[in-house]
Amino acid sequence: MNADYTAEELAFEIEVRTFLENEFPAEYKAKVDANIRLGKEELTHWQKILFKKGWAATSWPVEHGGPGWTPTQRHIFATELGMIGAPEPIPFGMKMVAPVIMAYGNEEQKKRFLPDILESNVWWCQGYSEPNSGSDLASLKTAAVRDGDEYVVNGQKTWNTYGQYADWIFCLVRTDSTVKKQEGISFLLIDMKTPGITLKPIVLIDGHHEVNEVFFDDVRVPAENLIGEENKGWTYAKVLLTHERTNISGVPRGKRRLKALKRIALETDDGFGGNMLENTSFKTKIAEAEIELQALEYAELRTLAALSVGKAPGPESSILKIVGTELAQSIDALFVEIAGNHSLPFVPEQFENGFEGHAVGPGNSASASLTYFNNRKLTIFGGSNEVQRNIISKAVLGL
Amino acid sequence: MDFSYTEEQQMLQESVLKFVQNQYDFATRNKIIASDDGYSKEYWSLFAELGWLTVPFDEADGGFGGCAVDMVVMMEEFGKAMLVEPFAGTAILAGRLISELAEGDARAALIGQIMEGGMQVSLAYAEAGSRFNAASVRTTAKVDGDNVIISGTKVAVLSGSGTDNLLVVARESGEDTDRSGISVFLVDANADGVTMHTYANVDGKSASEIRLSSVTVPSSARIGVVGGAIEALESAIDRATLASAAEALGAMESLLKKTVEYSKTRKQFGTAIGTFQALQHRMADMFIECQLARSIVVMAAMKMDSDESASEKAKAVSAAKSRVGKAINKVGPEAVQIHGGIGTTEELDVGHLFKCVTALEMQYGNTDYHTARFFSL
Repeated sequence: MNADYTAEELAFEIEVRTFLENEFPAEYKAKVDANIRLGKEELTHWQKILFKKGWAATSWPVEHGGPGWTPTQRHIFATELGMIGAPEPIPFGMKMVAPVIMAYGNEEQKKRFLPDILESNVWWCQGYSEPNSGSDLASLKTAAVRDGDEYVVNGQKTWNTYGQYADWIFCLVRTDSTVKKQEGISFLLIDMKTPGITLKPIVLIDGHHEVNEVFFDDVRVPAENLIGEENKGWTYAKVLLTHERTNISGVPRGKRRLKALKRIALETDDGFGGNMLENTSFKTKIAEAEIELQALEYAELRTLAALSVGKAPGPESSILKIVGTELAQSIDALFVEIAGNHSLPFVPEQFENGFEGHAVGPGNSASASLTYFNNRKLTIFGGSNEVQRNIISKAVLGL
Repeated sequence: MDFSYTEEQQMLQESVLKFVQNQYDFATRNKIIASDDGYSKEYWSLFAELGWLTVPFDEADGGFGGCAVDMVVMMEEFGKAMLVEPFAGTAILAGRLISELAEGDARAALIGQIMEGGMQVSLAYAEAGSRFNAASVRTTAKVDGDNVIISGTKVAVLSGSGTDNLLVVARESGEDTDRSGISVFLVDANADGVTMHTYANVDGKSASEIRLSSVTVPSSARIGVVGGAIEALESAIDRATLASAAEALGAMESLLKKTVEYSKTRKQFGTAIGTFQALQHRMADMFIECQLARSIVVMAAMKMDSDESASEKAKAVSAAKSRVGKAINKVGPEAVQIHGGIGTTEELDVGHLFKCVTALEMQYGNTDYHTARFFSL
């Protein structure tokens, strides 16, 4: 038993690290370190840098322009991205809709959509959840009715991330309401510029406009935008949901954040003449988080080793999702705790791109509670942690 | 043994309850937060009219009695409605410090004006490096003839916007964390050399960072004896700490109630999510947390009103803040989680209640701080 990289993998690790150190723009790195969100232009620019190197869509096969990496190489790349703080490409195009188009789309659709996704020319968003269909996604009601060469779509989607930036949306729509709920769903690609689509912003408790409600009012969609067969969308979507759950453990990001936390603790007065890194209780909490992170890292490596010998990702991804998201929230809480009184101001504008004004609190301290609030979503989205526990109960424990 | 409220306390509770139910719904609260003052002056006058502002003060000063249980009764209802008016900041924190330190005409004038609703007072004690230790004071006060010159920076000052007066804690002698050498000065918020940067806290209440650059006040602005304010300061902070625990208790009761209600109406997989045992047990745990929080807040309030020593009272307050903090860390996130996505939105009150309790967990010292303080007392 060993967890060593091969000589080739070690060389690859250095290649990736060197590339990121040289090519991830210093200006973006500074923003990431200051907890300032990168904007659409910056994210697109960064993705195009990755594209030029051939590293934009790391999970794609070579025939579609992917680098043809092994699972271990992808893991190394994700780790290095996380350690330096460079964002992973926005997942909706590359990691979510593209695999479905590759597996179930026709040749015409592949040619039409995949190159623009790879080059980050087109921004995609997701149309899955509805107000009454959250964990029970298959109960969705947004209807698509065939009318000649078109589908007419009516309904409402919600929790649509960054739809305000998007050119296209991939949707699950109901094409048959007379059968079992999973068997009447289709997978439809819709141009966001189509008449009848309205976005309504949802501001979250951190004050950020991150998600939207999307309303469809007699939206006419060419039938050629249907992926695969009508009423088979649920099967396709399940594939996509599995992809959504990989790389969700966030181990590298956790490592980077714990390093930052220790530095901040060292710089934070305890009010009694010492610093917070000398505070026994706080030290214990950092250590507990670090230990949990190590257990999670090895859980991920064990999954990776199984993948490397050709085993399909199974319910293990549920473990990574549950532990990764709950640990991320614990680390968020530690940042709030170390910020102390400086966690109290609610000044979200201070962490939006381009803020120039009087900054409250030392350093990024006032962003700690914003992150803590925003990241409540982690245990809710991508299949809530309750749903993940159901998967483990059923699929692993046979209950 | 009797844990029921007196008739007077019941009337006080009903009066607060009636106000928040009829005049302080979520939409009204949002409007008040968005207003220039960050709180409602109209409501503040109403609080004075209703006699609420007299509650923290002793009968000898013309107050309602300064009973901790009375204060807890009010704060719990305020917490349920997420009231943002600076009741705790002005009437309890600053008010109690004045009660502890001020004498003669100045005492009568200050307490009188607060009770009449004509004065906002903000206690500026915390500093960037003080964390939760009130004795960690780097702001200096230097005697210059008949004047005193104050310099330093204060953070997390409550009821910042619209405040008329600051009670500034400054060091006249000794090292950064010495308990002796600390005095309190009454400073006009508009005086030369005072710069205030005001913003809203995560719980919607107004707060400020304050810079004092060689602010000159007459030595008569000193409230209490030279360099001897720490015990009074800690006692006032303890009062406000207990108030914050009661406020959090109210907000947690709201979170529990709203979560249970939501679980009965939100349907997934063809049934109300409240029928899932996995969620039922978690809501049962939230209920237990609320009950334990209530128990320890009651304990601390009764100790505060008893003849126990100052250190026993302080210890009881730390016990309450610590245990309530533990409850907050469970009830807050669970309420959001059980609501799902909707619980993370600006639109619903649940997310705001979560933000309120998160802020209250930190204010006047977080769970860890008070656990350690409990042990050391």
